[in-house]
Amino acid sequence: MSDLSLPANGTASGAFSVPSFRFSATETLKHLVLILGSLIVLLPFYVMLSYSFKSPAEIMQNIGGFFGAQESFRDDYCVKLGKDIADCMVTPAIYNYTTAFHKAPLVRYLLNGVIITASIFFIQVLVALPCAYALAKLRFWGREAVFGLVLFCLLIPVHAIALPLYIMLAKLGLTNSYAALVIPWTISVFGIFLMRQFFMTVPDDLIDAARMDGMSEFSIIWNVMLPTAVPALLAFAIFSVVAHWNDYFWPRIVITGNRDLFTPPLGLREFKGDADGDNFGPMMATATVIVAPLIIAFLIAQRRFIEGITLSGMK
Amino acid sequence: MAAISLSAIKKNYGETSVLSGIDLSIAEGEFLTLVGPSGCGKSTLLRILAGLEAPSSGDVLIDGKRVNSVRPADRNLAMVFQSYALYPHLTIAQNIMTPLRLRDLSFAERLPVAGAVIGRKKHRMLHRQVEETARILKIEHLLDRKPGQLSGGQRQRAALGRAMVRNPAAFLMDEPLSNLDAALRIHMRAELAELHRSLKTTFVYVTHDQAEALTMSDRMAVMMDGNILQLGTPDEIYNNPRDIRVAEFVGAPKINLLAGHLDPAGHARCADVVLSRVAPSACTDVTIGLRPEHLALCDPTDPEALKGRVIHKENLGADIYFHTAIQDGASRLVVRASPVEGSAISIGHDIAFKRLHGLAMVFDPSGKRMDLMTEPLEHVSEVA
Repeated sequence: MSDLSLPANGTASGAFSVPSFRFSATETLKHLVLILGSLIVLLPFYVMLSYSFKSPAEIMQNIGGFFGAQESFRDDYCVKLGKDIADCMVTPAIYNYTTAFHKAPLVRYLLNGVIITASIFFIQVLVALPCAYALAKLRFWGREAVFGLVLFCLLIPVHAIALPLYIMLAKLGLTNSYAALVIPWTISVFGIFLMRQFFMTVPDDLIDAARMDGMSEFSIIWNVMLPTAVPALLAFAIFSVVAHWNDYFWPRIVITGNRDLFTPPLGLREFKGDADGDNFGPMMATATVIVAPLIIAFLIAQRRFIEGITLSGMK
Repeated sequence: MAAISLSAIKKNYGETSVLSGIDLSIAEGEFLTLVGPSGCGKSTLLRILAGLEAPSSGDVLIDGKRVNSVRPADRNLAMVFQSYALYPHLTIAQNIMTPLRLRDLSFAERLPVAGAVIGRKKHRMLHRQVEETARILKIEHLLDRKPGQLSGGQRQRAALGRAMVRNPAAFLMDEPLSNLDAALRIHMRAELAELHRSLKTTFVYVTHDQAEALTMSDRMAVMMDGNILQLGTPDEIYNNPRDIRVAEFVGAPKINLLAGHLDPAGHARCADVVLSRVAPSACTDVTIGLRPEHLALCDPTDPEALKGRVIHKENLGADIYFHTAIQDGASRLVVRASPVEGSAISIGHDIAFKRLHGLAMVFDPSGKRMDLMTEPLEHVSEVA
């Protein structure tokens, strides 16, 4: 019934707050704190976005506001290549973004990122859903102990086991491969835990009904539990995808030579200052391109998050 | 259609025993109700019958075949749950079709697009069956909706549809009306009974509501603490309960119970309430049970009149129930009266009423019913 009561509540509270505006010190304070917090979080993004539009001179002197003046400047690298100076005049925003894509094979990196995060998430779901179903809904000897182990695994920091993992993969000859990037993350105890908690809330009657209808246990997982668990799965997807898309640590360890396997965060290193100094403009443009897919994906998923398939049909 | 029999079913959860040796046979096409207070094991019994739970010991037989190790789906039983348990992500049509798809279609035919092409004929047949079922239940206009968009009564029908569509050997219903509002519940009671008559299939119905059991069933089994206390037609159960707990559970308002004793002649008595029939037993402490309709208002001058003061009045329209304190408040009796007689009486009034003869029940100290004889024992003692 939540789908019915939610909009009703919304309109009721809306109607309540519209007629009278009253100044409230606590509310103001709350908002001030929240605004301050969001500024702290958003400022780096603002700087990143701003730098990705500006010329090196503007970045160095910290002028030009958000968007910069967009005056053409001379690309020294182009000049070094011996081209005519007139041909080497570039607009900062365009220069930054084209360089981002040309100097490093950014599209390739993005593709790698998509392949890796997607396969990690896919396998995680493949493993986590049956585990979570068993832990939540099946009665078997030692279930509590197994769940205890799951909780225990949540406490192990990734970095603590990075070295053994690396050695293992190296012995198997899997470093510098997609497998090295994917395999260590395929079993997500967090995913198992999260989905188990969600499955606990699914009524037993629904599972019994499916059994009466003739579904096997695996069929129940994929045809009944999965569709009802979409909101929880989306929440898990955000954690999983963000973590592995943005991961710099692990790819840096297992991808040592082959640039074709670089993930987007590794791509940022291409702009790390070498002899010719830091090139912040294209670097920030790359950073922007890397985070954009996540932000766009989140905005799209956000609605599904809220709407979700609720279990309202059950009660 | 199938006859079902349960023999010596026991169920323990660790130390706690939920069912202690249930024997029950259900005839083909019968509407049998398992009724009892919550926690009496009636749902567990139904789940054992469905195959959702395994009995600790004992056998489940459907049409004479032992099905203890048969999967729930292969027992060809359909179950309707209290929460309806419709798949929230599927439309009503898909919900109803699910058991058919799983039973009648092969894996290839269940595939999303290719399946519809491979098993075109079968798919069309399933659709026809779903529409037919929806027509019987009058939910054709709801087939494209999701369960979340339906009211309780509509979901209930959809759940019934999902059960009906596979032509099961028997329907198992676990408190299917409990989530409906009172008016709809009474309406659905009649509809379910009608459905049973038209389908002529075995129904096993679990409820904690004695009114549902009395109104719908061919036979009802009153369960308490993991045992069947009494099994019989609603008439038998109501008029001839063999146990004080059955007498108390069935009937609303509850039966009046008076603590009394047997006098040497065998008459059960509680102060001025004295039964003319006699009990053969020699035990002394007994409980006298009088249903509210076994008492009727009468003239105060009537020699058999009992007097009491009204302390609460329940007006149900067709009947009025007076809660009266008798014997100076030592006991309480609920008396039924018709609106014509009772409308003038209000709380605080003194009223007179008498027992209708031959209806009172007497229970021995262990709660068992004592059969009374109309033949007075005095006759014997006079001879002696």
